[in-house]
Amino acid sequence: MKTLKRLLAFALPYWKAYAGALIMVLGVTGLQLMQPMLARWIVDGIYANHQWSLLLWGSLAMTGTAAASAVFGYLQRYWMSWAGQKVIYDIRNRLYQHLQQLSFSFYDKAQTGQLMSRVTADVEQTRMFLSNQMIQIVAAGVRFLATFCLMLSLDWRLTLVAMIPVPVLVWRAEIYAMVIRPMFWSIQQQLAVLTATLQENVTGQRVVKAFARKDFEIKKFERDNLDLMEKNVNTLRASAFNDSLMTLLTESSLAIILLWGGREVMRGALTVGTLVAFNTLIVQMLQQVRMLGMWISGATRTIAAGDRIFEILDTKAEVSDKPGAKPIPKIQGRVTFENVSFAYDGEHMVLEDINLDVKPGETIAILGGTGSGKSTLINLIPRFYDVTKGRILIDGHDIRDVTLDSLRRQIGVVTQETFLFSASLRDNIAYGKPEASDAEIRRAAEAAHIDEFIDSLPDGYNTIIGERGVGLSGGQKQRVAIARALLMDARILILDESTSSVDVETEMKIQEAFNKLLADRTAFIIAQRLSTVRNADRIIVLDKGRIVEEGTHEELLARGGIYTAIYNLQFKGQEENELRNESATAEGGEK
Amino acid sequence: MGFHMHGPGGGRLDMDDISFKDVNFKHLGRTKEFLLPFWWQLSLAMVLVVAIAALGLEGPVIIGKVVDLIQLSDTTNQQLYSLVALYFGVQVLIAVLRYAQTYIMSWTGQKILYSMRKKLFVHLQDLGLDFYDKLQAGRIMSRVTNDVEAINQLLSGGSLSLLSDVVTIFGIITVMLRMNSRLALVTFITVPLLFLTIYSLQGKMTRAYHKTRRRLADITANLQESISGMRIIQAFSREDLNAERFSNTNEQNFRAQMEAARLRAIFFPLVDVIGTLGVALVYYYGGIRMSLGDTLVSVGTITVFVNYTNRFFWPVRNLVEVWDLILQAAVSSERVFEILDTKPNVVDKPGAIDLGRVQGHVEFKNVTFGYDPSLPVLHNVNIEAKPDETIALVGPTGAGKSSIINLLCRFYDVQSGQILVDGHDIRDVTIQSLRQNLGIVLQDTVLFSGTIRENIRYGRLDATDEEVEEAAKIVGAHEFIMRQPEGYDTQVRERGSRLSVGQRQLLAFARALLANPRILILDEATSSVDAYTELQIQRALEKLLKGRTSIVIAHRLSTIRNADRIYVIDHGTVKEVGTHEELIAQNGLYKSLYEKQFAGEPEDYKAAPVVDMTEAKARLGGHSQPGTGVRVAMENSNSADH
Ligand SMILES: Nc1ncnc2c1ncn2[C@@H]1O[C@H](COP(=O)(O)OP(=O)(O)OP(=O)(O)O)[C@@H](O)[C@H]1O
Ligand SMILES: Nc1ncnc2c1ncn2[C@@H]1O[C@H](COP(=O)(O)OP(=O)(O)OP(=O)(O)O)[C@@H](O)[C@H]1O
Ligand SMILES: [Mg+2]
Ligand SMILES: [Mg+2]
Repeated sequence: MKTLKRLLAFALPYWKAYAGALIMVLGVTGLQLMQPMLARWIVDGIYANHQWSLLLWGSLAMTGTAAASAVFGYLQRYWMSWAGQKVIYDIRNRLYQHLQQLSFSFYDKAQTGQLMSRVTADVEQTRMFLSNQMIQIVAAGVRFLATFCLMLSLDWRLTLVAMIPVPVLVWRAEIYAMVIRPMFWSIQQQLAVLTATLQENVTGQRVVKAFARKDFEIKKFERDNLDLMEKNVNTLRASAFNDSLMTLLTESSLAIILLWGGREVMRGALTVGTLVAFNTLIVQMLQQVRMLGMWISGATRTIAAGDRIFEILDTKAEVSDKPGAKPIPKIQGRVTFENVSFAYDGEHMVLEDINLDVKPGETIAILGGTGSGKSTLINLIPRFYDVTKGRILIDGHDIRDVTLDSLRRQIGVVTQETFLFSASLRDNIAYGKPEASDAEIRRAAEAAHIDEFIDSLPDGYNTIIGERGVGLSGGQKQRVAIARALLMDARILILDESTSSVDVETEMKIQEAFNKLLADRTAFIIAQRLSTVRNADRIIVLDKGRIVEEGTHEELLARGGIYTAIYNLQFKGQEENELRNESATAEGGEK
Repeated sequence: MGFHMHGPGGGRLDMDDISFKDVNFKHLGRTKEFLLPFWWQLSLAMVLVVAIAALGLEGPVIIGKVVDLIQLSDTTNQQLYSLVALYFGVQVLIAVLRYAQTYIMSWTGQKILYSMRKKLFVHLQDLGLDFYDKLQAGRIMSRVTNDVEAINQLLSGGSLSLLSDVVTIFGIITVMLRMNSRLALVTFITVPLLFLTIYSLQGKMTRAYHKTRRRLADITANLQESISGMRIIQAFSREDLNAERFSNTNEQNFRAQMEAARLRAIFFPLVDVIGTLGVALVYYYGGIRMSLGDTLVSVGTITVFVNYTNRFFWPVRNLVEVWDLILQAAVSSERVFEILDTKPNVVDKPGAIDLGRVQGHVEFKNVTFGYDPSLPVLHNVNIEAKPDETIALVGPTGAGKSSIINLLCRFYDVQSGQILVDGHDIRDVTIQSLRQNLGIVLQDTVLFSGTIRENIRYGRLDATDEEVEEAAKIVGAHEFIMRQPEGYDTQVRERGSRLSVGQRQLLAFARALLANPRILILDEATSSVDAYTELQIQRALEKLLKGRTSIVIAHRLSTIRNADRIYVIDHGTVKEVGTHEELIAQNGLYKSLYEKQFAGEPEDYKAAPVVDMTEAKARLGGHSQPGTGVRVAMENSNSADH
């Protein structure tokens, strides 16, 4: 019920359309009732009295009412669709906006297909109810009441007798609603599961094909597909059963009337005319009751869908603006980590006790093993996640005290995983600054050394690339991502393995461009290749979430720690080979 | 059509950009292939519908009898009871039959829906990557979900009443003509009017439905990209602009839906008016005949005729509703069959042989290829890897290295030249058997939702847990896996989002190794992995690579120095070939690349203290268990620090 109320709140702004449609429904009903009257007039008045001059008028009147009722019908349908579509338009927009606010931690857990299914299938489900069904329910209620009053006025005892099955009907309807709701929920859920399976399959086709896993994938889809079918069939069976039972119950009401009324007529306590009239009225009324029963399904299903929609809308963004947060002033570039610890799940610390003070314009290189927490560290700066302990300051402002938007707009990021959108290369590069001029875009592309390639394309910057950058090589994608970040012209730049798929020569060229670009900017660079990090002002080495070494290239080399070891590994090919041979023998020996 | 600005990125031209054409029932007719397997269920349901309708007529007759009965003076209660009991009995029977009919119909409808989805999905698995390159994921999904659902609406909802409606209509027409042909013909004047209405609106409606389907796909596509790219959206503060874009797409959908809704809102009431017009005509013409003294026309005949006219228009109305469903389904089936009709560009030849387990001799002979045939990416490439050899492909980005791999996997077919595996042109063998011989680490790591174990096992489904762990150990992933809350049973989540990028790559590597392929392909397989782990893997691989052919792509040249042969690729051609030493001696592209990478600035290096070598050796050589070495080293330094 609460869900229904909240859904209705979305419909409230359009109450005029609903009210209008309702009036039209009643109007149509009224006009339809007029048809028999007109017919009676034609037969009794015109035919019987041979008033042939009125014949044309009688026929025209009939057509006229039909036309009027058609206009009403048109308006009713149109307003209803309009309101229904408006409501889901609003819900979709709300969902989308809300999804955009949810933090990284939400997307770490969410499945794309699941979310999509909620914004499409579940929303669509609510539309059916919020457009036509709702009005029909109200109209059915009105018609029911009208007939009921009419019956009461005819014979109240007979009416009460006719109502005997109603409590059973209501009881049945309640049970049904209770049983069917979880079933509908699980259908919507299974639909989402299927969508998610499909989504992963479609986006992971390359791997599916590479491992010749067609049959495996088909089996997986098959399972979800079958499950969905079974859930649907079960639900449909339950609702078929319910429909039949409800109809039977209403019919039994008619039987009771015949039985009881028949005896009354035979006793002479009731006229045949009343019984016949009652018969007609009851048939009409029961029809409304039956309709109501059918719409219970609709309402229940809508509630199930609504629950799923509100589940998203009710999810609080873990990272959001504090009340009264102010935009951060133009960033100078001082970044301070104070005793920062972080855990994705709140328990297992991925970063521990990080203390780091980066001066404006400084370039910090971060080095460390796979999974040591490098990406996690830099993800904290644009507040993709909030620190678990300690705090991060930019120019002395705790980043949790400033608005997200103002913070992120002044930080340029190249994420480790390259994600490009299916759009033109221009739009992709200008992603963070859509108003950028062509010259700016070109400059960014030049710095990222992708301009030459783009120029070689027949459509140049207007070349449309596919989802996730299909149509570009790994290195080309990365360079587009670099250009995208550079175009932000931010005081703080974060480069997470931004050249891992780029060849050495190109990388060196990019490096040169960086040297100029980064001169007065604060930069965080993560890289496995030392050639990339060597020129940094300071290098920090992370291990298991802690900073274990810190200093310039020379200082670290002098220390003879991990950094030195990595250095040797990479720069002295000869030594590396020796190492390798040596360890190979060591391994052999141990075995 | 130009491209549209809907997506979170901007917009893109693709297969959905078809013009909104008129209805084409050819495709709808083809849906019968999904119906035929259920012909007897459908017939049974049909019979039940007719039976229910017939029984339904029985009810009023009994009530009439009751009314007659109670007016007779000598009726006993017993007679009344039995008649009412009969009435109730009939109703029970109807209820049972209706239940059966609804159940059969929904079962069949769901079965059909199920088989359609299945067929589409299976077909999607066969479609080549060029298809996926062209069509956004969201659009593909929209067809499998939304469009299939629209067809289902017709199949399970509308089609059933079709037959009984048509039968009813013809029955009534016959009766009316028999009773009074003139009056009947007057009534039927309205029929052409009906067709005119249908005809004049049908074109508009189909176009509107095309549009709604397309707009819905726009929404789905926008959503799917927005959600998968949400991290970038937030990193670049694009929320407002994207909300606006989505709102636009949403609005376009709203407009399309309203256009369709408006047409429907005109259509149905119009049919009602035409129906009433028929009734009015009967009254009018009947009145005139009466006034002229036509003895064949009486008030009674007219009443009956009006009754029949009304009854005639009920099924017509139904049919019109079904017609509406038909239009929608026709549009959707066109979209569904568009996918089913897309021929996979890479298919098994008729009579393609099973490759079996190969020796591992790979040969590219004069291969030329372009994703767009007019823009070749590879020119005349010749590459050979003899069984058990390791060859390496190096070269600048965009040179065509990954494309070579794509061809070997037969993701795409060559334009000219041929690729031989053990002497068989790969186009002559089954794709499945070819790929079963390959183990690939792709440049873009893709993991699936599921546990770590499931992801590694993707390489070989019947691998035991021990084998899975063995593979993880080889690539040095075992240790971090054990640190996860549930070890191998930890859910990695979509695309592996709970792992670091390097960790994901290691799993992908383990997955390829587990496949135990004859030919191992590593496309930048360790680009995101730290130097230590990389070295570990290399050591482990040395043993592993012995028994198989391998093709390695790497930008970090240290990783490929020991290859039997190195191919330097540039601008889609093979520029240099040879061993590391040979290439260095050649003084070409390779040497310059190599020198740039190892430009260790000797003075700089010399400045480094002497201790480092011994220290590093101690760190690296002191423990040989693959996968743990690094950690121990790191821990050492760790404890030294604290
Ligand atoms: N699916 C595709 N459709 C069209 N063009 C493509 C596609 N994939 C790659 N290309 C183009 O083909 C060329 C070669 O790309 P390829 O991926 O083979 O390069 P690569 O040598 O692997 O580069 P990298 O080292 O950056 O990964 C590039 O110019 C790229 O833009
Ligand atoms: N979204 C997440 N949820 C839970 N755990 C995570 C998440 N992302 C990363 N981790 C874990 O946190 C640790 C650090 O990950 P991080 O991505 O920071 O590593 P990294 O140093 O960047 O490694 P790489 O060099 O592989 O990119 C890893 O053990 C990883 O499994
Ligand atoms: Mg990382
Ligand atoms: Mg590549």
